[in-house]
Amino acid sequence: MTSLPAQPAPKRLGLVIDLDTCVGCHACAVNCKEWNAGGYHAPLTDFDPYGAAPDGVWFNRIHSYEAGSGADARVVHFPKSCLHCDNAPCVTVCPTGASYKRGSDGIVLVEEDKCIGCKLCSWACPYGAREFDTDAGVMKKCTLCIDRIYNENLEEVDRVPACVATCPASARHFGDLGDPDSDVSRLVAERGGYDLMPEMECAPTNKYLPVRDKQTGAGGTLPLEDASPEGGFLGWVDRLLSDASAV
Amino acid sequence: MHPAYSIIFFTTASGLGYGLLAVAAVFVGAGWLPAVPELGAIVISVGVALVTAGLLSSTFHLGHPERAWRALSQFRSSWLSREGVAAILAYVPVAGLAWGWVWLGEVAGVWLLAAWLTPVLAAVTVYCTGMIYASLKAIPRWHHPLVPWLYVALGLATGAVGFHLVVAMFGAANMRSAGVAVAGLLAAAVLKIAYWRSIDTADPVATAETATGLGGFGDVRPLDPPHTAPNYLQKEMGYRVARKHARKLRKITLVTLFAIPPICVALSVFAGFFLGAALAVIAALSVGLGILIERWLFFAEAVHVVTLYYGEKAA
Amino acid sequence: MSTSPVSGDRPIDLSPSLGDRVETTTCYMCACRCGIKVHLTDGTIRYIEGNRDHPVNKGVLCAKGSAGIMQHNSPARLTKPLRRVGERGAGEFREIEWSEALDIATSWLARVRASDPKRLAFFTGRDQSQALTSWWSQQFGTPNYAAHGGFCSVNMAAAGIYTFGSAFWEFSEPDWERTKYLLMFGVAEDHDSNPIKMGLSHLKERGAKFVSVNPIRTGYSAVADEWLGITPGTDGLFVMALIHELLRAGKVDAGYLVRYTNAPYLVIDAAGEADDGLFARDEEGRELVWDRKSNAPRPFIDPDVEPALRGEVELPDGRKARPVFHLLAERYLHLDYSPAVVAYQTGIAEEVIKRIAAELSEAAFEQELTVDQPWTDWRGVRHEKMIGRPVSMHGMRGISAHSNGFQTCRAIHLLQLLLGSIDAPGGLRYKPPYPKGFDSLPRPTGRPGDVNPNSPLPGPHLGFPQGPEDLLVDEDGTAMRIDKAFSWEAPLSAHGLMHMVIGNAWRGDPYPIEVLFMYMANMAWNSSMNTPRTLEMLTDKDEAGGYKIPYIIYSDAYYSETVAYADLVLPDTTYLERWDCISLLDRPISDADGASDAIRHPVVEPDRDVRPFQDVLIDLGARLGLPGFIKEMGRPAYPGGYSDYIVNHERQPGVGPLAGWRGEDGAETGKGAPNPGQLDKYIENGCYWREELAGEHKFFRNVNRGYLAYAQDKGFVKSTDPVISQLYSEPLQKFRLAARGHGDNVPPESERDRIETYFDPLPFWYQPLDEAAAGPEAYTLHAVTQRPMAMYHSWGTQNAWLRQIHGSNRLYVPEPAAKQAGLEDDDWVWAESRSGRIKVQVKVMAGVNARTVWAWNAIGKRAGAWNIDPAAADVTQGFLLNHLIDELLPERDGGRRYANSDPITGQAAWYDLKIRIEKAEAEDGRTVPQFDEVSKPAGLGDRPDILRYAGGRRP
Ligand SMILES: Nc1nc2c(c(=O)[nH]1)N[C@H]1C(S)=C(S)[C@@H](COP(=O)(O)OP(=O)(O)OC[C@H]3O[C@@H](n4cnc5c(=O)[nH]c(N)nc54)[C@H](O)[C@@H]3O)O[C@H]1N2
Ligand SMILES: Nc1nc2c(c(=O)[nH]1)N[C@H]1C(S)=C(S)[C@@H](COP(=O)(O)OP(=O)(O)OC[C@H]3O[C@@H](n4cnc5c(=O)[nH]c(N)nc54)[C@H](O)[C@@H]3O)O[C@H]1N2
Ligand code: SF4
Ligand code: SF4
Ligand code: SF4
Ligand code: SF4
Ligand code: SF4
Ligand SMILES: [Mo]
Repeated sequence: MTSLPAQPAPKRLGLVIDLDTCVGCHACAVNCKEWNAGGYHAPLTDFDPYGAAPDGVWFNRIHSYEAGSGADARVVHFPKSCLHCDNAPCVTVCPTGASYKRGSDGIVLVEEDKCIGCKLCSWACPYGAREFDTDAGVMKKCTLCIDRIYNENLEEVDRVPACVATCPASARHFGDLGDPDSDVSRLVAERGGYDLMPEMECAPTNKYLPVRDKQTGAGGTLPLEDASPEGGFLGWVDRLLSDASAV
Repeated sequence: MHPAYSIIFFTTASGLGYGLLAVAAVFVGAGWLPAVPELGAIVISVGVALVTAGLLSSTFHLGHPERAWRALSQFRSSWLSREGVAAILAYVPVAGLAWGWVWLGEVAGVWLLAAWLTPVLAAVTVYCTGMIYASLKAIPRWHHPLVPWLYVALGLATGAVGFHLVVAMFGAANMRSAGVAVAGLLAAAVLKIAYWRSIDTADPVATAETATGLGGFGDVRPLDPPHTAPNYLQKEMGYRVARKHARKLRKITLVTLFAIPPICVALSVFAGFFLGAALAVIAALSVGLGILIERWLFFAEAVHVVTLYYGEKAA
Repeated sequence: MSTSPVSGDRPIDLSPSLGDRVETTTCYMCACRCGIKVHLTDGTIRYIEGNRDHPVNKGVLCAKGSAGIMQHNSPARLTKPLRRVGERGAGEFREIEWSEALDIATSWLARVRASDPKRLAFFTGRDQSQALTSWWSQQFGTPNYAAHGGFCSVNMAAAGIYTFGSAFWEFSEPDWERTKYLLMFGVAEDHDSNPIKMGLSHLKERGAKFVSVNPIRTGYSAVADEWLGITPGTDGLFVMALIHELLRAGKVDAGYLVRYTNAPYLVIDAAGEADDGLFARDEEGRELVWDRKSNAPRPFIDPDVEPALRGEVELPDGRKARPVFHLLAERYLHLDYSPAVVAYQTGIAEEVIKRIAAELSEAAFEQELTVDQPWTDWRGVRHEKMIGRPVSMHGMRGISAHSNGFQTCRAIHLLQLLLGSIDAPGGLRYKPPYPKGFDSLPRPTGRPGDVNPNSPLPGPHLGFPQGPEDLLVDEDGTAMRIDKAFSWEAPLSAHGLMHMVIGNAWRGDPYPIEVLFMYMANMAWNSSMNTPRTLEMLTDKDEAGGYKIPYIIYSDAYYSETVAYADLVLPDTTYLERWDCISLLDRPISDADGASDAIRHPVVEPDRDVRPFQDVLIDLGARLGLPGFIKEMGRPAYPGGYSDYIVNHERQPGVGPLAGWRGEDGAETGKGAPNPGQLDKYIENGCYWREELAGEHKFFRNVNRGYLAYAQDKGFVKSTDPVISQLYSEPLQKFRLAARGHGDNVPPESERDRIETYFDPLPFWYQPLDEAAAGPEAYTLHAVTQRPMAMYHSWGTQNAWLRQIHGSNRLYVPEPAAKQAGLEDDDWVWAESRSGRIKVQVKVMAGVNARTVWAWNAIGKRAGAWNIDPAAADVTQGFLLNHLIDELLPERDGGRRYANSDPITGQAAWYDLKIRIEKAEAEDGRTVPQFDEVSKPAGLGDRPDILRYAGGRRP
């Protein structure tokens, strides 16, 4: 059924992305591509791969932005994949029922065999999280690595999305955002995790942790005093040493 | 939004087709038009051809046209599904109308009911088409209360001009057929202008700042894109017509869709057969051109909020 | 198939198989060398993931590593040995068999070896088998061998080794677990790609402060707590101003300085004499300090000595001397290095410099930490605790790639030493087998008499000169090496000067060569300065119609730009098809807590007629009859190729390429007899070996008695001598003395000023040479490049996934400069330096030093190379800044043109570039220059129009 689950799922699996530590390395994007190329939506087709304007199916894309101007301008690296919205318009617009949101964990998926490739879901998604594969004629998207997170062929610790497992900066966290006591929920609460484009009222599951206040010296370090006057240069070197020999 | 020709053709052709069928059905239903089978045959086959061609063309842009039937299943939530179902249902009264009008040469009884149901289902279908767009919050210029009514009004108006042309060919053009066309066009014009005004003055729904949540630092702009060549999203949603260009095209729309046709239609009633028919042809051609431009602009001027991630400031 | 039962779910295979086989090996998409697991289905690669157990990456994998599949499947892979048939550079080849290829190579090389081995120049890129390649060329007998370090980061390496017996680069790391303050200089990505990112995230978790000093605010700088947008080339000033502030406030770790550094060494003050500025020593050659207790000079080594740090003293022979620290304090307390004075040039405000100094002091001294771990220092003094100074630093090419980089990097190390933080808990930590004292390392070989027909070189090529006596020059001071390494022009060029080889060979300066043999370096493109001229030199002919560089042999795995310039091409395998060895003898992958090495083994069979280059080199060695490569009766010493060599080669008795599982039964580490089962052990263990250090051996290792004994036992170092940090560098002073005419080996008159100026034993700042040559008026903007994290030099272009991320590049222009030139995003500009001109598209940026423009490195490609569409954006819209960088400095009096390099180490000065920009017309929308398209060798297949890679799953 293409309607959203009647009841919001008790379990809401999703990602929490820390914009304060993301260095914009694209590891998550490429590892996602690599895992999923052979995964649920295999293949993640690439068009004109060695040509003039290569373009492929990617479930995760890393933007980088500059915000503000002058010396205060900030560069922020900004990964974006499907946010597995509670109120997912991509699901409700789908005329075939190919798009659906799982009741058990809230993951939004496309069942390729039912998809007619009308692209409407990609128009409905405010976040650009839907990827049309013109070769296969179907819509594909981030699966939250559903073929990893429950995969019994993987060790327990490895049952996390590929992008999370690979992120060298640990800027991506995976967990149950429906459980207020989960690590991810706590992180969101502590760090003020926010929704992208709340005005779209999609109720995204994924949250973004804002760039932290920076420690730019407001920490109150006292300026260094001039140590030389008393006894001049020679005096302070001697004092240094007498202090040092006490150590 | 990328103005895909298949969709432009689909929406304009089916709008025109449904409009034509609806106006014709009303005219025969109300007895304003003798149920001449030849006329009915032409009106209905042109209408059905347009509607069907439109629907077919809409499946051309599908990745899997052979699965198109699946699109009927989700009418409880999807406007595209609803439109599909309505479109199919609409064939029933149209078939009834055709039976009465063309085969029996008389539109009465159950055939009369069919005649009255035709405009209703046609309007519902076109309304659904409009709602496909109007339901998309991610495209603020489409997510507008006037959008479905614009679709309906333009379908009706273009259909009415078409109808006027057909009856003119039969020498049966009259004040009524002209009046409906002129009124339809003017109503559509009022709606369209109100719509343009509204979208031009509307506050942006979302901005690059809200899309990223980085507004606290100031104005947000892309430094490096995720990929250096355009991706699907940029190709599909990133199309943007230059404002100068859009303004010019709006003017052309106003002239070709809302100015020339009503004048020609109105004059055609007072002219003789040949001149009248010629004026009706001019009106129809002008409407055809106008509606294509209008629809192209409807897409090209729409800004999808995903573009906020790719350099658009506000949508 | 397990399915999910809940309503609203649909049947899905939640537990698909990852393939039928999984192999561990080591990534080679860059030099970080992470551990990977390769999952295979029917011999095709399903998935490559990080190996969670691996000490380097602990399971994470970067973008490049994750794109390994596409590197392995690249349509640019070479498929067969090639012999040039057309003109050089045209890319016209005939495919030949390996037997013919090896015969040709052998005949060219044997002729050279029999006549004059130095007519072979063998230079390699960022390969990881330098232990083999250097040994091979030593056996060959040519002095002309080096890897890429000279154009990469020798400034960093040499400054580190000469100062504290290690280096930022790959031989040390910040104490990620404990540091409270990290100051990072000029790093965009670095070789330690994943560990740095993991480390930064640890810092963030712990709330430690991270300051990035970098003209550009991207990547690491973007997530830093504080970004200091320094003007390129001025870090030395900034650091010396920090030193100034710390000294002024007396905030230095005097205890650390007197015990573990040469701060108290007495420096002879005897102007005009041969030992002026050298250390005072006793009869046994032990360095003297002034003992405050006895008020007399005593050897530094005495356990109970209480050295003075200041004061002019009189030595027994009546001469004056002062402690190093005294000289140092005098220098940096000078107003020239005060924050107020350096602020304008560095672009960092006076208050900021003062605050950073205060913060450093606060972190080091107020936040002092202790590790409850007793240890014994080299003098035998037992310490109950380890006192930590949780300030760490890291630096890379932003420092290194300037011609003042050596001295700047030394200044950074001085700052660390003054804070007492090197190898203290929370500071910068050594990675075994480092530290190694500069005076314990080999000295260069290749002096007159060292090079003889058909004989090996008596020692290794590269090393660390300790004075003018170690230079490789003849009596007139002429360089012995083709790259002029270890000559007066670049005395401490510990890694050679690969960037000068082609130019020098073409000019015949100091002599012409016959065979240029290169491996894995794209010298006809992104690793040369002044690419257009380099291409001319490679194809230039003499009067007789022969090429000025007569023979070029090149090994690459892909159809790079350089392949077209080779006469003979030896196609290599990809990293998943061969044995490799990541050795402690080379560029180790150890971490601060333990020594590690690793291997690569073939996980897929090559489907082309290619051979691992190491196998080929060993084969050539045997064919040429090189000592060590043949056994009795001329039989090959390593018939099993590289894997045979890895196991059985011994550099010294018991010391071989791999340190793990040595000894016949595999029970020994470090030293031990070859173990025939060694490689199996590695494979069983995930292809790496690691030995954790004992707790008492984890810090202060340069002076840690227990550690030094351990290191000697493992064969890491030769002796247990401590590595005393060298605030004051005596070797530099020796060069100065030579420049003043002292000693047997003195520079020619023309070189003396240069040596006198730059060989200051205490770091000082000077304007980068090329920048100075460009002049401030004409060329107003600095121009630098950065490594993109998702692209490795030119390799990434053939990679179907990575090239989507960086398929073209822009010149990033600071807002004020853009305004001045009337530029907006996507406008075109002419960028012009004193030696070249390119036309490129711009992107305006706020977060960049106002006097600096920059670009992502190595994105531009030559039409026809890499088997990508000649109309690809990489070709038509991409560009290299290399076209603007002259490999020579402008003429000086007498017509002499020096290399565009650091005058001390010969490090290529890529980032000294100054340019000006001017708005241009887009015209055909192509960057300028564009080069003729090279043709494609027959063996390279068609590139697919569509790629449906599904890792052995559905099509
Ligand atoms: N992904 C990826 N990783 C790589 C490589 C790659 O190509 N791609 N290459 C490998 C190689 S060979 C090397 S040598 C290393 C190099 O690793 P890095 O040292 O990180 O290399 P660069 O990108 O040259 O970064 C130099 C940084 O210094 C800054 N900079 C320039 N001039 C100055 C200056 O005067 N002062 C300061 N403070 N900063 C300055 C630049 O803005 C830039 O951020 O990376 C290795 N790792
Ligand atoms: N403007 C500017 N120029 C620079 C720099 C800069 O910062 N700015 N950085 C400089 C530095 S530090 C460096 S290290 C150089 C790097 O420059 P290069 O060393 O030239 O690096 P790559 O472009 O990666 O070229 C290496 C070659 O190795 C080949 N290769 C890859 N894998 C294999 C393999 O498995 N076997 C063999 N045989 N070959 C293989 C590739 O195809 C490629 O042709 O660039 C230098 N040039
Ligand atoms: S892997 Fe991590 S650090 Fe890299 S881009 Fe993705 S989220 Fe950012
Ligand atoms: S992010 Fe887009 S695709 Fe994902 S659930 Fe939300 S609306 Fe749907
Ligand atoms: S493209 Fe497929 S998934 Fe998307 S709305 Fe159409 S049928 Fe549904
Ligand atoms: S959760 Fe899986 S599919 Fe989604 S972005 Fe991460 S790696 Fe890609
Ligand atoms: S940093 Fe990336 S490319 Fe380099 S070795 Fe590690 S995973 Fe491979
Ligand atoms: Mo390098």
